[in-house]
Amino acid sequence: MKRNVPLLVAIIAGFVMIVAYFIPYSESWGEIVLVWFDIIASIAFILGGGNLLKIQLKKISERGPGWGYAVITAASFLIMLTIGLLKVGVPPHESYMHMPWSGSYNAPGSPFLWLYEYAFKPLQATIFAMLAFYVASAAFRAFRAKNVEAFLLLGTAFIILLGRTAAGPYLTNWFPDSVAGLRAQPLSEYLMQVFNTAGSRAIMIGIALGTASVSLKILLGIDRSYLGSGDE
Amino acid sequence: MKNNSMVWLIVMIVGAALLGLRWTLASHGFGKAYVKVSQETRYRIPSTKDYPTDEPIDRWVNKAGADKQNFDVTTLPPASVQTRVTTEDTTYAEYVKAEGQGGANSNTAPGADRYEFSLSRTVGIWFAAFMTLFVMTFLVGDNPMYKVAESIFIGVSAGYWMVVGFWTTLVPNLFAKIWPSIIRDWAMPGLSSYGTHEWLYLIPLILGIMLLWRLAPKGGWISRWPMAFIIGVFCGLRLITFLAADFVSQIRSGIIPLWVKVPQLAADGTVLHDAAGNVVTGFSFWDSLRNVFLVVGVLTCLVYFFFSIEHKGVVGKTARVGIWFLMITFGAAFGYTVMGRIALLAIRFEFLFDDWLWLIDPKMHHTIVAPTSMILPFFGLG
Repeated sequence: MKRNVPLLVAIIAGFVMIVAYFIPYSESWGEIVLVWFDIIASIAFILGGGNLLKIQLKKISERGPGWGYAVITAASFLIMLTIGLLKVGVPPHESYMHMPWSGSYNAPGSPFLWLYEYAFKPLQATIFAMLAFYVASAAFRAFRAKNVEAFLLLGTAFIILLGRTAAGPYLTNWFPDSVAGLRAQPLSEYLMQVFNTAGSRAIMIGIALGTASVSLKILLGIDRSYLGSGDE
Repeated sequence: MKNNSMVWLIVMIVGAALLGLRWTLASHGFGKAYVKVSQETRYRIPSTKDYPTDEPIDRWVNKAGADKQNFDVTTLPPASVQTRVTTEDTTYAEYVKAEGQGGANSNTAPGADRYEFSLSRTVGIWFAAFMTLFVMTFLVGDNPMYKVAESIFIGVSAGYWMVVGFWTTLVPNLFAKIWPSIIRDWAMPGLSSYGTHEWLYLIPLILGIMLLWRLAPKGGWISRWPMAFIIGVFCGLRLITFLAADFVSQIRSGIIPLWVKVPQLAADGTVLHDAAGNVVTGFSFWDSLRNVFLVVGVLTCLVYFFFSIEHKGVVGKTARVGIWFLMITFGAAFGYTVMGRIALLAIRFEFLFDDWLWLIDPKMHHTIVAPTSMILPFFGLG
């Protein structure tokens, strides 16, 4: 019950997807299973939110170090959730103005969209933008052209960066036409189209084979690690 | 007071002083948002023509919509006539234009469009600006401002994805399938009234509830069923898509001629034809070399990935060439990642200096003065 049923569920669900691809009659089965998958994935967001709240409330009740930040996290989570789920400040749809819940949850001018535009989006973009500094700083500390491999990695990154910025043409456009291919922009394009394509293609073939073999191992019940080790 | 705290205090005081200077001395302020407020009268009319197969449902339309259906709106009771107010973003330049002599704001007729200062959007810009700065403070080191921004981000993003999942997946794909009439009357008026209860969808609902059981202190094994379903579907889907889309298509794309012939061009740039009218082709060294590199690159990289044979002798040398190709690939990926992040950073700086501080104006949204004097308002000279 605890291990065999989940194993059976995984095998049946996986093979339905495979069969749906090969047999046109069963295509709709695959579509239904995919919708179910989306539904359970959306419920997983609820699980994630619930878990986040559980951890934050535990931190707050224990008054451990940094519990004030847990209050901020829990409050922002609950505010976003309440405003979004209850469609606070959302006007009804223009064609169904007698139905207050008919408007879109992210309608223009709604508080939910405000939080998305002025809290979620700038914070996400800035956190990702900060990676530019970390990547550059890590590269500065770690990149040393000690051997051919390191030199190739460093050189390619340098050429790509040059080719994609205004500095590239500025520094290399004086190259004579006979060696125009060595200018930063065409050189970076050639590296991308030929060498990068070759490497990426091999990596993708490797990933595809790896994914297929792992999937088969799971679907055939050889790999059962996802079921955990104990009873709980 | 610790040195670190002193540094932060000084930074904040200097920052506040600069903002104060900018605010008090600049002629038109900064960090303000404006909106265009429009009004439209809408009429509730019974609609049967748009949805001939469905039950008639009252719809609200504007005057043009009512005329299109030959409906006389003067017969409607007052409760079926409403004014809908909509707001859309506009710029300071548009606002100044509207406020000017003969501008849109001088039209005081009821229902006329108006350009107004928006407090909520202005607060939003300031909030976003401070959040951006708070995150950037992490470059100096971990500090309370960064932690506040981080905490807000975690909470807001978790809430955001839950709400999106609920309204875009659970309501239309689950609840609307199980209880169509209730959902139609509540939040999805466009839903067909001919939809029947699809009880099959109780299965994902039950699996979802089982998944939530993970939050309970006991009975965690119950969530294995939905987890197994997710893993099974994912494996089945990936097995097919990766083999079809990546494995087969990449091999197909990799099988290319190593001896490339291209059409020969005449002096005037036109394609040459022989006496029989066939296109004259000739060997292209550079295209052939390109294809050789592509094929050799893929094969040598695959040899490197093949660990069933020890990488010695010819295999070892081939694998080493494969490593070189992979290093170039990783270098290109690194360059692209850095470029992407720098582009994001540039967008954040543009937000700070354009939308918030109004020090630059690439889109000419708030510049009323000449571009050369854009920097002057910062010092109170604008």
